[in-house]
Amino acid sequence: MYENMEMRQAFALELEKHMEKDSRICIIDADLSGANGHNGLHKKFPDRAFNVGVAEANMISIAAGMSSYGLIPFTATFTPFATRRVCDQITISCVYSKQNVKMIGSDPGLSAEFNGGTHMSVEDIGVLRSIPNIVIYEPADNTQLVKAIPQIIDYYGTVYIRMWRKVTPDIFKDDYQFNLFKADVIESGSDITLFCSGMMVDKSIKAAKTLALEGISCEIINVHTIKPVDVETLVKSVQKTGCAVVSENHNIVGGLFSAVSEALSLHYPVPMEAVGIKDRFGQVGKLPFLVPEYEMTENDIVLAAKRAISRKK
Amino acid sequence: MNLKLQTKIIRRSFIEMMGHLGIGHLGGSLSIIDVLVVLYYKHMNIDPKNPKMAGRDRLILSKGHGGPALYAVLADLGYFDKSLLLTLNQSNTSLPSHCDMNLTPGVDMTAGSLGQGFSAAVGIAKASKIVKDQARIYAIIGDGESQEGQIWEAAMFAANAKLDNFIAFTDNNNAQIDGNTSNINCIEPLDQKWRAFGWNVIVVQDGNDVEQIDKAILDALTVKEKPTMIILKTVKGKGISFIEKLGYANHNMSITKEQTELALKELE
Repeated sequence: MYENMEMRQAFALELEKHMEKDSRICIIDADLSGANGHNGLHKKFPDRAFNVGVAEANMISIAAGMSSYGLIPFTATFTPFATRRVCDQITISCVYSKQNVKMIGSDPGLSAEFNGGTHMSVEDIGVLRSIPNIVIYEPADNTQLVKAIPQIIDYYGTVYIRMWRKVTPDIFKDDYQFNLFKADVIESGSDITLFCSGMMVDKSIKAAKTLALEGISCEIINVHTIKPVDVETLVKSVQKTGCAVVSENHNIVGGLFSAVSEALSLHYPVPMEAVGIKDRFGQVGKLPFLVPEYEMTENDIVLAAKRAISRKK
Repeated sequence: MNLKLQTKIIRRSFIEMMGHLGIGHLGGSLSIIDVLVVLYYKHMNIDPKNPKMAGRDRLILSKGHGGPALYAVLADLGYFDKSLLLTLNQSNTSLPSHCDMNLTPGVDMTAGSLGQGFSAAVGIAKASKIVKDQARIYAIIGDGESQEGQIWEAAMFAANAKLDNFIAFTDNNNAQIDGNTSNINCIEPLDQKWRAFGWNVIVVQDGNDVEQIDKAILDALTVKEKPTMIILKTVKGKGISFIEKLGYANHNMSITKEQTELALKELE
């Protein structure tokens, strides 16, 4: 679905359809409506799409107030300003107050590229994940995002959508069945589980192909919803494979690796390795420089998988 | 209704509640009782039997620590049984120190992290415009709270969005936890600041006088295309002389049984 289309365009086209059908849905931007591809929505829905300017804290609490009125506001800005900058507003105005706000953070992790270290969120999942009852979702591709949007609208509660802006590789087919709260087993395998989210899904699939050539059978699981994490699917997989690599476009402290580690340490501990940003800040650069610099290539996943397997008893 | 008399009834109920607990945010609650009475008993379109009535007027107490003053009003109006007032801040109560919309019938927005309730109130006023239901949205902020940057983000947006369904009040008692607001981080000239942000501004010289408050609200209701800020020059701890004399130290204070009796006597 929406093959070779930027994710921001796919999102805007889908949200437009939902806004046409459901007059409760609104979109609020904080001076990044162009960057996030929402200008068309602003033109089409002048009452329900508006811009608060560079005032993210105000945007989040305004959205909470609108939610208390029965509306379903989406908010959007870049990931660091959608999360660490407004952590208290998300916590109190939205989640503690049991509001129904859908918050988009775009350009996660390394994808901020030329915006550099100030905009490169290595910590956005981490700062939100300790807020009780918040939902954190990171789409893997346009097909999944399109299927996620109606479920996010129907789910009552505050959801953080950690969204890529540009073109992503297509992972899922149109007939794919999505459940916001169930992790997806992309491929079954028996020797190791590759848990992954966002841009690391495509890299994990490629790493699995390399490992298959060496006779290593990988189970690939896209943990698209990082909170609440789907413990059942995680445990079921490692009971079979006995070890795992977790790959994420985020600091390995506080993100998906932490979420999976916490779940498995409680329910079924196995040797695990992490591929992701290793407690460093970001910096300017394009992905072909950044991905190897932060040791987040397909080959890094291959090497991590071999380490994890060697640690199996 | 005799609004002046009603403020006395609410102050008595408030003092009984705080006296029972023995500690709490007395000063900033007492300073807003008069505006709450004028709003809830004269101006607001509400139904205590149907707290979530669609299209109702709403009051967002952004200075959420003033919750106990609001609870005294809500109980008197019949949103919940008056006996609940004696459960304030106790285990499993529905009346926490700071306003919680999910616990207390009649509370329109959760508040406690200063500045946020005001933005939420702006969102509520915007939502009312979107659904075109003619509701009036009221908010009360503190003068100490006005040191929060978020207040001014919300102020700028509310004026640009022409939210003339929105009337806000500053409880301008010149006192915050650590001292007098003018000494800690002065917010004056407050009226000029709000005008510069594009608001209609009314200064009420005695912000604890129900007639002056009422007149300001009546004036604000006629204004089109602009939100209104009514700056209430209030006295923190208003109505109980020994509490007033404490000045900013009455923000969060203990109150003994004897002091409670003394206060109730003054309110006879």
